[in-house]
Amino acid sequence: MSDIIKNGRIQADDWSVLRLAEGDQAATVALPAGRVIVPLAVWQARRDELRAKAEAGVLGVWLAGDEDPAQVAGDLSVLPVIAVDFPKFADGRGYSIATLLRTRLGYGGELRAIGDVLRDQFFFLVRCGFSVLQPREGKYSAAQLRAALDSLQDFSEPYQGAVDRPEPLFRRQPRNPLRKEAA
Amino acid sequence: MYQYDEYDQRIVDERVAQFADQTRRYLAGELSEDEFRPLRLQNGLYIQRHAPMLRIAVPYGNLNSKQLRTLGHIARTYDRGYGHITTRQNIQFNWPRLEDVPEILDLLARVQMHAIQTSGNCIRNVTSDPFAGVAADEHVDPRPWCEILRQWSTFHPEFAFLPRKFKIAVNGAKEDRAVIQIHDIGLDLVRNAAGELGFRVLVGGGLGRTPIIGEEVAAFVPWQQILNYCEAILRVYNLHGRRDNAYKARIKILVKALGVPEFARQVEEEFAHLKDGPSTLTQAEIERVASRFNDPVLSPLEQDAGYRARLAEDKAFAAWARRNVREHRVQGYASVVLSLKPYGVAPGDLSAEQFDAVADLADRYAFGEVRSTHEQNIVLASVREADLVALWQDARAIGLATPNIGLLTDIISCPGGDFCALANAKSIPIANAIQDRFDDLDYLFDIGDIEINISGCMNACGHHHVGHIGILGVDKNGEEFYQVTIGGRQGNDAALGKVIGPSFAAAEMPDVITSLIDNYIDNRQDGERFIDTVRRVGVESFKTRVYAERSARQEAKEAAHV
Ligand code: HEM
Ligand code: SF4
Repeated sequence: MSDIIKNGRIQADDWSVLRLAEGDQAATVALPAGRVIVPLAVWQARRDELRAKAEAGVLGVWLAGDEDPAQVAGDLSVLPVIAVDFPKFADGRGYSIATLLRTRLGYGGELRAIGDVLRDQFFFLVRCGFSVLQPREGKYSAAQLRAALDSLQDFSEPYQGAVDRPEPLFRRQPRNPLRKEAA
Repeated sequence: MYQYDEYDQRIVDERVAQFADQTRRYLAGELSEDEFRPLRLQNGLYIQRHAPMLRIAVPYGNLNSKQLRTLGHIARTYDRGYGHITTRQNIQFNWPRLEDVPEILDLLARVQMHAIQTSGNCIRNVTSDPFAGVAADEHVDPRPWCEILRQWSTFHPEFAFLPRKFKIAVNGAKEDRAVIQIHDIGLDLVRNAAGELGFRVLVGGGLGRTPIIGEEVAAFVPWQQILNYCEAILRVYNLHGRRDNAYKARIKILVKALGVPEFARQVEEEFAHLKDGPSTLTQAEIERVASRFNDPVLSPLEQDAGYRARLAEDKAFAAWARRNVREHRVQGYASVVLSLKPYGVAPGDLSAEQFDAVADLADRYAFGEVRSTHEQNIVLASVREADLVALWQDARAIGLATPNIGLLTDIISCPGGDFCALANAKSIPIANAIQDRFDDLDYLFDIGDIEINISGCMNACGHHHVGHIGILGVDKNGEEFYQVTIGGRQGNDAALGKVIGPSFAAAEMPDVITSLIDNYIDNRQDGERFIDTVRRVGVESFKTRVYAERSARQEAKEAAHV
């Protein structure tokens, strides 16, 4: 059990993330009991077997930075959770992957940021469509995570459109021209 | 210049609060060094040789007098009394304390300034023509477009952690003064056959250790779509740019690896989805942004007789007017370049007193506004001809009227080994030694237009690849040496210089420049600039001369010792 931020609130979470270790085969790796998010390779190798679990809401899939989200395009209505992995917080591919899942592929389910997920990127992550932020276990104390919730409001009116607010500021709010005086 | 509205101000204020909290957490040990690094970098804060270095954004080089006074105050209070103008039109301070930075950012926010995205692997300050809005050869004012790009790129959530830094420059004039060909994206405002406005888009330019001239990826993108098109470029780059090796992570490497046609195809494919989406620009938005530039409304004036008379009778004034005064699009006005390249000063440095004094000049003569240039000088965009003499006298009094704009002593130089932790060699003393050698103004005028650019290492912050003469600091067994290139150029025919041969010791550099110049003088045909002679006669002739004279010097020295 770890604490996550889901739709702007802290809650306990019982999903585990399966990562393939050296020597593990996608086709044969044993799945842990309970709710689990498996690598794309596992899903692709065992779609038929795992489909029922996904439909039952206890199995999701995670994408690595070099995996094209189009590969799960046909599975979006089945998967209760899609996660995107940030191997390092400075590796920003996940922001584009999330954006594509939401805007291009129309994914409306839970979208979870996993891996090196830091509070100073929460604002950007949420803007790109992540609904769940899952920092590494033990990364933050409960108090730190509470303080971090505020960062979701760091910027009240961002300029550009993104997944959370598709319209840019100039379409969302009236912005005034400047009245000019002759020099 | 652009005036913030409530939203612009709020975003900057919110940034101040955010960074104050991040700095507090770092100092309290809650944020690791690695976690804090990108946060501080995206606020322009490097840790350098002596102290942190703070880079402050000057969007497309525009500054007003109030901002200049704040910069002067910062230089005096938090630094050692000076600041530095960079080749990307920003301002750097070399000595602030990390603890003071939140306070400095707060002072800046009060005058509509910030340090957002002046470093880090994100979209950096958008640069442009320092004569935007007043140049006679301009067809479209690039500044509103720069501002629109600034807003779009500020805290863009998808592009805050790119593989590497990302620089955009915009040109709207016949002659490109923004060096758009050496930027990650170069935008050229153009009209199509139907007379509609749009952008020619270049991608993949950049200097650094793999210098590349940007190539055209789209001949015409309608202005309405420019943000959508840029988003497509950035998304392709963000997903596919290399992240395994920082030296191969710029977009230029991706463009080279894919080839321009394939890169363009991927961008087009992405763009097809974005076209006409919510980020599509509207006429109303362009007009609104343009309206927020409080430019003076200028009507043509009589040509000033006093100015012309003074030109005829005062040689010193005439020399300054010839080099530092430029034609303005409105009759009776001129643009003036204040030289930050007097003898013996680090190119681009301004003291706290000079920041204040430039603010006074701006208020007195230039409608309260100045521009920083990538050549590390300052432009007063609109000055009445009738005020030029008085301005010259005032500028002289504060040491900013050296009549050398575009001449040999108007050297571009990075901070180099005196300040920068990455340097192989010092840059500033080389610039100063060359200036010392060429201290005869008549001779400088005779040599004419020439650009010398110096970088202290292959990161190329001093743009050495595109200098007519480029000087690069290299490390030779722990000693500082300098490699020389010639034939580089910026502008419409941007080109990378060619290395002339083995590198030189610091003490040799003035002699090397002398040999190059002598060879030019001996070979030039009438009216030909240094760069034109290099192009016509080729690098070989210069190379031969430089190394022959070098051998002669060494022999003479040895002879003197026996
Ligand atoms: C003193 C602290 C500085 C550091 C640590 C630094 C570091 C770097 C590095 C590592 C690069 C290469 C980036 C790459 O190739 O991907 C670079 C490029 C650049 N820097 Fe700096 N720099 C510093 C100061 C400056 C200053 C003072 C200027 C202006 C005078 C400047 C202007 C530039 C420019 C224009 C480039 C772009 C070259 C290109 O297009 O690749 N930098 N800098
Ligand atoms: S070129 Fe090298 S020495 Fe000069 S400022 Fe850039 S990184 Fe430093």
